[in-house]
Amino acid sequence: MNSKTQNKIAIGTLYGVAGLVVLILLALLGYILVSGLPQLSWHFLTAPAKAFLKGGGVGVQLYNSFYLLILAMLISFPIALGAAIYLYEYARDNWVTTTIRTAIEILSSLPSVVVGLFGFLFFVVKLRLGFSILSGAFALTFFNLPLLTRSIEDSLRTIDLSQREGGLALGLSRWETITRVILPAAVPSILTGVILSAGRVFGEAAALIYTAGQSAPALDFTDWNPFNISSPLNPMRPAETLAVHIWKINSEGIMPDAKAISSGSSAVLVLAILIFNFAARYLGKRLYKRLTSA
Amino acid sequence: MSEEILTTQDLHLYYGEKEALKGINLNFTDKGITALIGPSGCGKSTYLRTLNRMNDLIPNVTITGTIKFKGQDLYAPSADTVQIRKEIGMVFQQPNPFPFSIYDNVIYGLRIAGEKDKEKLDAVVEKSLRQAAVWDEVKDHLHESALALSGGQQQRVCIARVLAVSPEIILLDEPTSALDPVSSSQIEATLLNLRHDYTIIIVTHNLQQASRIADRTAFFMNGELIEVDQTKNIFMNPAQKQTEDYISGRFG
Repeated sequence: MNSKTQNKIAIGTLYGVAGLVVLILLALLGYILVSGLPQLSWHFLTAPAKAFLKGGGVGVQLYNSFYLLILAMLISFPIALGAAIYLYEYARDNWVTTTIRTAIEILSSLPSVVVGLFGFLFFVVKLRLGFSILSGAFALTFFNLPLLTRSIEDSLRTIDLSQREGGLALGLSRWETITRVILPAAVPSILTGVILSAGRVFGEAAALIYTAGQSAPALDFTDWNPFNISSPLNPMRPAETLAVHIWKINSEGIMPDAKAISSGSSAVLVLAILIFNFAARYLGKRLYKRLTSA
Repeated sequence: MSEEILTTQDLHLYYGEKEALKGINLNFTDKGITALIGPSGCGKSTYLRTLNRMNDLIPNVTITGTIKFKGQDLYAPSADTVQIRKEIGMVFQQPNPFPFSIYDNVIYGLRIAGEKDKEKLDAVVEKSLRQAAVWDEVKDHLHESALALSGGQQQRVCIARVLAVSPEIILLDEPTSALDPVSSSQIEATLLNLRHDYTIIIVTHNLQQASRIADRTAFFMNGELIEVDQTKNIFMNPAQKQTEDYISGRFG
């Protein structure tokens, strides 16, 4: 067999494999959207769920997903940012940083159900936070932290060393160089990483089943006092999210239209994540343009 | 001869075990241009970077000897690197403007130092860009990205950025080697404009450039300072055989 034929076979195989991946992806997306989109309506997106009757919606679950996402991001982003800046800008390569990096790697490959069980034992039971949004947000922080740290570190890595030298040579301190030169330049790429990880967090179920709980008490959207149990802002109430809802109605849903609700919820979830992804690209580009040409 | 603003005595620098500078004694008088020349790897850039402590960024570097700026030891434990680099600015081989507007690039140092007066900042931007001989080319797009400029313009904006912090000494590490000949000669003209107001130390691979702009020239080889003298003497009548060989293109 000559090298030309070899080349053709190799390229053919690669095209085949790539095509297969795209095909599987499209089939999955297509299935979810085709079976789910017909279920969507304003009522479905806003009404509370019903346990036994037809016609329930996912309003509370959808709201819970976003609220939990925002809380989890508020907790994990500053930690991840700090860790990434330390690891990339300050830390020298020695056993401490190697240990931290290894820990991050291991943490990032931890199955999310393990994170969930840990969250249950530690936050729910030990710290007595109960099944609550807060427990869920902490569990998601554990789940999210390694990937976010990695992605921010990668963003910092894309900024050339010459930028750091330029800052220092102007008489900026190291901290000023990082906060005033490196971070602004890295913002678009950091933002993209944050939004992409938000997509993962948004669709996460296993880590939340035992931490944020599987029940969604009715919310009173006129009560914004975070200390009231029916207030949407209360972080101590149990809060089933959309992804958990899908898991639950598929395993033990007894409403007559369980299948339709599950399809509809899946479509909402997938759409939300698609929107996150496109938003990440769009915002990243916009922001880069703005920041770089004032 | 005017007073000496920067002095180095018995300066050794090691990258790990490797000795890159082998005892440099070299002094710079106030104002004027000094060129550092020599073959690749001779230590001239390394030497330049010790003068404002840019080598601090590189791990495993050991430095012995003394460098004094106006009598103050740059490597004393109490030395403030931030302050040092405000007084001894640096321009690099690759133009490295920040990814912001031209205006923001020039005032960056000042703004971070806390200057807020818009009129003063405007004045500094114009003065610095004029000094760097790039004002006429960029004055109409000050608020556009500096990354959109040509390499030569970027490099002059980088010079302006350093001038805006009003340093006493400007170090330039092969500032024209990534530029085309026209841009290079514009940078040279810029430097000739600045030589009466600043002490300029420039590393260059281009011997003609050294002979065109430098008042004094220092020749480095293998981590040693071979010879330093008035540029005219170095090029017309070098005292050392090695200098003569290098100047006449027998190696390097």
